[in-house]
Amino acid sequence: MTETKDQPRPLPEIPSRVTATQAARDLLTDIRAQYGDVMFHQSGGCCDGSSPMCYPVGDFPIGSKDVCLGDVDGAEVWISGPQFEIWKDSCLILDVVEGQGGMFSLDNGTGRRFLTRSKMFSDSERAALQIGPT
Amino acid sequence: MNDMTQFSAQTHVSPFARRYDNFIGGQFVAPKSRRYFENVSPVTGGPIGEIARSEAADVEAALDAAHAAKDAWARTSTTDRSNMLMKIAQIMEDNLELLAICETWDNGKAIRETRAADLPLAVDHFRYFAGVIRAQEGTMGEIDDDTVAYHFHEPLGVVGQIIPWNFPLLMAAWKLAPALAAGNCVVLKPAEQTPATIMVFCELIADVLPAGVLNVVNGFGLEAGKPLATSDRIAKVAFTGETSTGRLIMQYATENIIPVTLELGGKSPNIFFKDVLAEDDAFFDKAIEGFVMFALNQGEVCTCPSRAIIHESIYDRFMERALARTQAIIQGDPRDGDTMMGAQASSEQREKILSYFDIGRQEGAKVLTGGEAAQLGGDMANGYYVKPTILEGHNKMRVFQEEIFGPVVSVTTFKDEDEALSIANDTQYGLGAGVWSRDANTCYRFGRAIKAGRVWTNCYHLYPAHAAFGGYKQSGIGRETHKMMLNHYQQTKNMLVSYNPNKLGFF
Repeated sequence: MTETKDQPRPLPEIPSRVTATQAARDLLTDIRAQYGDVMFHQSGGCCDGSSPMCYPVGDFPIGSKDVCLGDVDGAEVWISGPQFEIWKDSCLILDVVEGQGGMFSLDNGTGRRFLTRSKMFSDSERAALQIGPT
Repeated sequence: MNDMTQFSAQTHVSPFARRYDNFIGGQFVAPKSRRYFENVSPVTGGPIGEIARSEAADVEAALDAAHAAKDAWARTSTTDRSNMLMKIAQIMEDNLELLAICETWDNGKAIRETRAADLPLAVDHFRYFAGVIRAQEGTMGEIDDDTVAYHFHEPLGVVGQIIPWNFPLLMAAWKLAPALAAGNCVVLKPAEQTPATIMVFCELIADVLPAGVLNVVNGFGLEAGKPLATSDRIAKVAFTGETSTGRLIMQYATENIIPVTLELGGKSPNIFFKDVLAEDDAFFDKAIEGFVMFALNQGEVCTCPSRAIIHESIYDRFMERALARTQAIIQGDPRDGDTMMGAQASSEQREKILSYFDIGRQEGAKVLTGGEAAQLGGDMANGYYVKPTILEGHNKMRVFQEEIFGPVVSVTTFKDEDEALSIANDTQYGLGAGVWSRDANTCYRFGRAIKAGRVWTNCYHLYPAHAAFGGYKQSGIGRETHKMMLNHYQQTKNMLVSYNPNKLGFF
């Protein structure tokens, strides 16, 4: 970011690509108490696809094409490169619902499951994120 | 020991026993921790019994049993193995109504489908692999006058299989039949959302296979599935599910240097050319049914035709008929034989589908019908029901790009073949596709150009054994439901034999 001498402009606030509900933060706190540092990888595909999978840091090998969307209370949230291209217009909202699935995700078996909700960015937010028109 | 299933079960009474243990070494064995979890029926949202909550120690016990059985099973003649698979198929057929009822209670799907699709297909699958293993031959190559290369098929040994919840028994059959036919022993982990029908299956066929050839360990993915997938005592892992877990399973297989087969889903296009509407006849009627196939199994199918791509010149008339047919779907009690669409498999699955309705609306997709949960009465008031839904929009929307795994189709139009192909292939996945045209050349050219492993041409959602099923791109690795799947469960042993008594002369 640059600003000219004559016309200083306020920096646009860059919106976060990931946020979380209090219920999600509470579950995250519980999981960390049991497992230590964790991260999320947003899944795609069938069955439990579209779920945010929660893994111990180091358990899931981050790929060179994966994109970090941000973090929730320090827990990084990642998504695959091709999926990011589809999601880049939306903010990922980490939420929690009742459920007992989740494959190898650390919420599995707790009776609670992380669920991804989404909010489409507004035009000004898209501009701040420098996303072109769809 | 299992509490036994109520084999005289009726449609409206849960057929399940109060509790199911694991099936290990031919016995029903309690989990070592003595812990169980509650199985919930999506039909009512209420509990229908307890299931073993297994851990690594139980997986190890199953692997011990499988390894103890593997040498004898590998030496068992293909005739005997085939006959045992035939017997399994016969037992399933003789108990088809019971297993259909079980599957409806466990998964939530309409019994009309379990009776007509899930069970008959599973039965046929065992018969198919019983047949093809008898006909499989190795090869022999005559290298030169004295030297012959023999190629034998050998089983891999002990394999791990992780089964999804959308077609619990049928997906188990897809994986078990080729693995057992090829002479492998199996440790199978059902999905925790649908753990019960497979245990009834085990009760029925417990005495057919030698002890330890088939082992079923129930429990959560994290506690039981992961120890199985990471074990260095399996020679292969087969998985159907989503992409993050698919990547993890490949990673674990990398550590052990073992093969994997993966089926990870799709976002299948269903393309309707303008000549579909050339006449209002049986073919057009079939094409409309092909469109409405998005509602089969409540849309919880990896090949759900979830993107309908319709020629712009017929769009209005086509959609008028398609909308009416969709709205004619009878959604109700899955246990009732007239019901066409049942419950989603879990509460969180319903929540996920509803979250996509929210995304679609935010993106500007138009809801043509549905777009909300369905509220049923009686004991189904707390079940997991979603209305069949048609969204109208464009292919860049997330509801066109992500697998919702619900009774949802996103529709858009195309101007010409190039645009149709561009839309069809603009996806991360490549599992299924549908092509509808009265012109054979259009069907052939277009079908070959689609980047997907299965192109249904003037049909949809047929799953016969002997037609290969598997994905391009991020949809996975391997081809199921065909004899070529045997190769994914076999080693090749080459014996290179010299029939010349004379030395080479080097030393």
